[in-house]
This record gives sequence, structure tokens and C-alpha cells, in this order.
Amino acid sequence: MGNQTQTRLHVVTGKGGTGKTTVAAALALHLASGGQRVLLIEVEGRQGISQLFEVPQLPYEERKVALARGGGDVYALAIDPEDALYEYLDMYYHLGRAGKALRKVGVVEFATTVAPGVRDVLLTGKAYEATRRRHGRQYVYDAVVVDAPPTGRIGRFLNVNAEVAGLAKMGPIRRQADSIMGLLRSPRTAVHLVTLLEEMPVQETTDAVAELQSLDIPIGAVVVNQTRRPALSPRQLQDAQTGDLDSAEVAAGLKAAGLAGHAGLLDALIREAGAHAERVELEGAQRALVQALNQPVVELPWLADGVDLAGLYELSDQLGHADTEVAW
Amino acid sequence: MTVPALDVDALLHDPKTTIIVCCGAGGVGKTTTAASLGVRAAQRGRRVCVLTIDPARRLAQSLGLEQLDNTPRRIESVGRDGGALFAMMLDMKRTFDEIVQQHGDPARAAQILENPLYQSLSSSFAGTQEYMAMEKLGQLHREAIDTGDWDLVIVDTPPSRSALDFLDAPARLGSFLDGRFVRILMAPAKAGGKAYMKVFGGAFTLVTSSLNKVLGAQLLNDLQTLVAGLDSVFGGFRERAEHTYALLQDPGTAFLVVAAPEPDALREATFFVERLQKDAMPLAGLVLNRVHTTEAPDVSGARAEGAAEELDELDEHALTSALLRLHADTMRVRDRERHLLTRFTGAHPDVSVVSAPALPGDVHDVHGLEQMGTALAAAASVLD
Repeated sequence: MGNQTQTRLHVVTGKGGTGKTTVAAALALHLASGGQRVLLIEVEGRQGISQLFEVPQLPYEERKVALARGGGDVYALAIDPEDALYEYLDMYYHLGRAGKALRKVGVVEFATTVAPGVRDVLLTGKAYEATRRRHGRQYVYDAVVVDAPPTGRIGRFLNVNAEVAGLAKMGPIRRQADSIMGLLRSPRTAVHLVTLLEEMPVQETTDAVAELQSLDIPIGAVVVNQTRRPALSPRQLQDAQTGDLDSAEVAAGLKAAGLAGHAGLLDALIREAGAHAERVELEGAQRALVQALNQPVVELPWLADGVDLAGLYELSDQLGHADTEVAW
Repeated sequence: MTVPALDVDALLHDPKTTIIVCCGAGGVGKTTTAASLGVRAAQRGRRVCVLTIDPARRLAQSLGLEQLDNTPRRIESVGRDGGALFAMMLDMKRTFDEIVQQHGDPARAAQILENPLYQSLSSSFAGTQEYMAMEKLGQLHREAIDTGDWDLVIVDTPPSRSALDFLDAPARLGSFLDGRFVRILMAPAKAGGKAYMKVFGGAFTLVTSSLNKVLGAQLLNDLQTLVAGLDSVFGGFRERAEHTYALLQDPGTAFLVVAAPEPDALREATFFVERLQKDAMPLAGLVLNRVHTTEAPDVSGARAEGAAEELDELDEHALTSALLRLHADTMRVRDRERHLLTRFTGAHPDVSVVSAPALPGDVHDVHGLEQMGTALAAAASVLD
């Protein structure tokens, strides 16, 4: 299981509300299954990962948060830009005492909160470091999954090092920026886009596909989240939409079920069926748009009771299901 | 439990309401909420300007916002009883360019605009949007006073990591401008400055040499040139940002926290509510979008599911059974949403709530915005 392709860095994005954190977590579980070691990274300081895995808030430290099926570990890390900056300065420049001085005069605060752009450099830099980290000749992590910023900001986020490379003509920053872009533009990286079968998320996914292609950043799968099977047959859906459902028959059914006494129930059911049919039709149109993107697509089911830990494993199983056309 | 209901019309009608800020997690319908409130206010006699930061394409088109000229455009089809609607989409780079051009002599401005670091800063780097949203909001409010074209500004917040980043913008800039680092950056690049040595002692050499090592001489030089060039711009910019911040604390401002009945969105809403209260910002209430409703709330999900099973056992009335299962699903979602909202209101019993129903499709024309506005104005609290 797991690492079937050469992809080592999985970046998961999606419009807000589409469930990208959930999908990132489920993907990490799937990639870890069968004995792999996977790091799941959070970059927006929202502590969504700890909520999903039902563990205490994550510090800036790689911690094991879950066991995958068939053995395998998911580690999680919530990146704090300030700590990442110190770590970076220490790792590459050995700036022990100077690091303190930089903080004292406000350089650290400037870099991590005042100056636009620097945060993204630090966050992508940390993901790069974790992806390439080795212990002896082995990679420490078989795969790294990043719960990335939403689709509206994903291009800027992933391309920030190209901007930096354009600004720094030479020197260590330039080399670092070039290396990060080298990884992000290679087949070792895949950006997965999470969407719902709704107009705005699909539109944003379409825009993000075009943007990432123009930036030469490889796209992995489009994950259609929260899909539901139609509750009615095609014929019934059609009737529901045109208002032609057999209400006498439904009334008879309610009587047989002992629900005839509920005034208004019949009308309510017919209207709910109408709204359902309208949604199924809209979803069909959006599904066609997703297919037209010519990217591998995987659909995840809607979980009626919301996503808890059990639901997360269920979704991770779906990602690895034999029917899926996606080789992660 | 009773939750105070948010009276949207009272808020929109009150002439003292001059700014409405819609904030909340991404994907909960902030922009749609802002636009629908703008349409409703304009149809009821207010003169409104809607500033949107990052609208969905079709919504933008429906409001005539394809033109990116960074000034409000009147939407002629909206406005009754003396009301009018203007709308604009924030152009971050243009807003920044205009500040630079207005607050420095032309030669200096040209020099800044050509600085490669400035170009990245103004167009590509995340974080600039927050500063510019604050700047534009202040501009629109001043224009309201100067021109009288509108007397109500409705804004949605940038889709930031934390959507209240823009509230922090003035303080951040302030601490930078008051700090020592800015003076180090302003030190004449070559003179190295013996005077600075006196002020900072060894720290100065240590910091500049570290920066040199990390950034390289050329990038550090670009940064110093840019900061020195922006010197005259920063002061005024900061002053206006602080003024806008004070304006946001004024009772004439109303913050609406927008959410959807999902755990993540409500967790973010809690964060916003607490942050607004901490900063003494006037919170008007919570707008809960996409709430699932039913006309048959007294038939529970379990009851509907049970009835469907009975019919299946009889092997009769397959259509009724399917409709009952659909209803059971709706009830399950509704129960979960109410449970989530109860948790929120339990923790924040003083926060007024208004809800808008989930619609099968997206809102992307003026008519849809009007309908959503009507729903918001008519809605009692979902828990009643």
C-alpha cells in the first residue's frame, strides 16, 4: 500500500468549507497503511488536525497522532512560523547568538507577522525540509501531506519561492528558493484539489487547475467530497422536479405506515423530494465539469453524522479502494 | 433555550449604522451575505457601498464588478426610495500604487514602483491584502463624508489564515515603525553608520552581518532602499490605519460573524466572537448560512426511518418509503446542525443569531441576493 508512485509531497487544497483538512488527514492515514511513516503538516494555525484525530493541541513538534490500518504511523506537525524561522537560521546559518539579537531588534517579528510573504517562505521551507529529511540513507518519512491554504491562495503560497528567486539574484536564499521550487515542480510533488459538487467550489477548482498548470506545479487528483447517492430513481427524480410525483400514492403509503395523522407531512415530503431532485441535477452538471478537467477524480461519500475518527478511517479506506483510478 | 434574534432590518435602517463588517471562515458565504445586505439596504432607502475582497466570479459579474478600476461602480438596477447601491472589488496592487503616488514626490514614487521587491510585495505576497483592505475601507468611509454618494459601507474580510488579521494590521505596522529594526534598515546602506553603532552597540553589527549572510547583500540592499523610500508613505498609512481601527470600534460599526452549521466554521465563529469582544469591537450578531430546514419537524428522523422500514417489509409503497428516508436524512442533518448551534449559543448566550436556509443552488444574481436578504430579515432565530 501507500507509496506506489514517486510522489513524496502531497499538497491538499480546496475552497473553504469543502473539507480539505479532513481529506488531508484521510490521505495521510491511507498513505501510512501497511507500515509506512507519514507526516501530516498544518500551516494555518487552526488546530484542525488535533480536532480530527481527537488529540491535544499540537505544539511545534512532530507527534504521532494515529496508527494506520495494517501498521504504519501518522505523525502530525502544526508549523509555527516563528519557531520555523529560528530552526532555519540555526540549521543553515548556525546563528545561535545572532538569532537572539535578531529577535531583540524586532527582525523576527517583522519577518513572521509584519512583512507579507515571509510566512509562506518559512512554511514551504519546512515542508521541503521534512520531505527530504533522511536518517542514514532512508527517508525519515515515506510521504508528507500538507493541509495547505485554500484554493484562492494556493498559487501564491506554492509559488512564493519563485518570487524570492526572482528577487535574490544569488546567495543562500536564492539556492534555497531554487531547491524548493525544484521539488514543487517535480513529479515528487502532487497537489490534490478538494471540491464539493457545487458551483463555487468547482469554479475555484477549475481556476486552481489552470493556475497550477501555468506555474508548472504538478496536479494530483481532484477529490470530490461529500457525495451522496440519489435517494430516488431517475424517473422519480424527474417527476419530483416537474411536480408530478403521485401524491395519492404517497398519501396511501403514509396511511399504511401509520403517519396519516400528520397534517402537512405529505406536502413537506413532496417539497423535500423536489429540492433533492434539483440538487441532484445541479450536482450532475458540476460532476461533468469536474470530469472535463481531465484529472484523476476520486469521490468520497457524505457521512450523515459528520466526520469523527471512525469516519476518518472510512474515508481513508475509500481513498485506497480498488475502484479508484488514482494511484497516490 | 431562547437565543436573541438578530433584527437585520433594524440594523440596516438605523442611520447610525455606517459600517458593516462580515467576517468568518472561508466558504461560509461572507461575500454573498455582504452583497445581499447591500441590496436589501439599497432597496429600502439606504445609500450603500459594498467593498468585496475576493468574490466568486459569477457573483462579481452579477454586480458588474468585472471592471477592475478600484473605484465603486453604481449598480443601476438596484435602489428604491432614494437608496442606491455601489460596489467594488479590492485591487490590492492598485490601492498600494495609489498610496505611493499620493504620498511622495513623483521621482521617488517612480523609484519605489520600480523596485522589484515592491512589485512582489504589492502583487504576489500573502499578507498585503489585509493592509490594503484596511486602507480602502478608510478611504470609502471618508468618501462617504466628502461626496455623500453613500452613507453605509459593507465589507467582507480577506480570506486570511485568520480573517481578523486585518484588525492587527495597524498594530503590526506600528510596532515595526516604532521598533529598532526599521532604523537599522534605514541606516545608509554603505556608511554603515557610526552613529548607529552608538545607539545599538554590538547588536547593530551582529544584526546587519546576519542579515547579510541570510539575505545576501543585494536583497538586503533592495530591502533597505524600499524601506527608506516608503518612509514618507508609512507614516500616513499607519495614521489612517489607526483611524480606521478606531472607527471599527465606534458604535456606528456592526460586525457580523458569518458561519455555516459545520464544526469547523462554528469553531472559527467562536474564535471571531471572542476576539471581537476582547478588542471591544461592536458585535451585532451571528449570521448562520445554509441551515437545513423542514416543513415537517414533528416527524423525527427515527420515526420516518422506522416507517420506511415497515413499508419495505410490506414490500409496498416504495415511493413513500424513499421519501421518508429522504426526510430522515434531512432530519438527521437538521438535528446535528441544531446541536452544533446549541453548543455555540450555550457558550455565547448574548450573541444574537439569524439564519438563512440552505438552497439547492448558488446565489449569483441580484434577484437571488434579494431573496437571501428577505430570508435574513424574516428569519427568527433557528432555535425558536
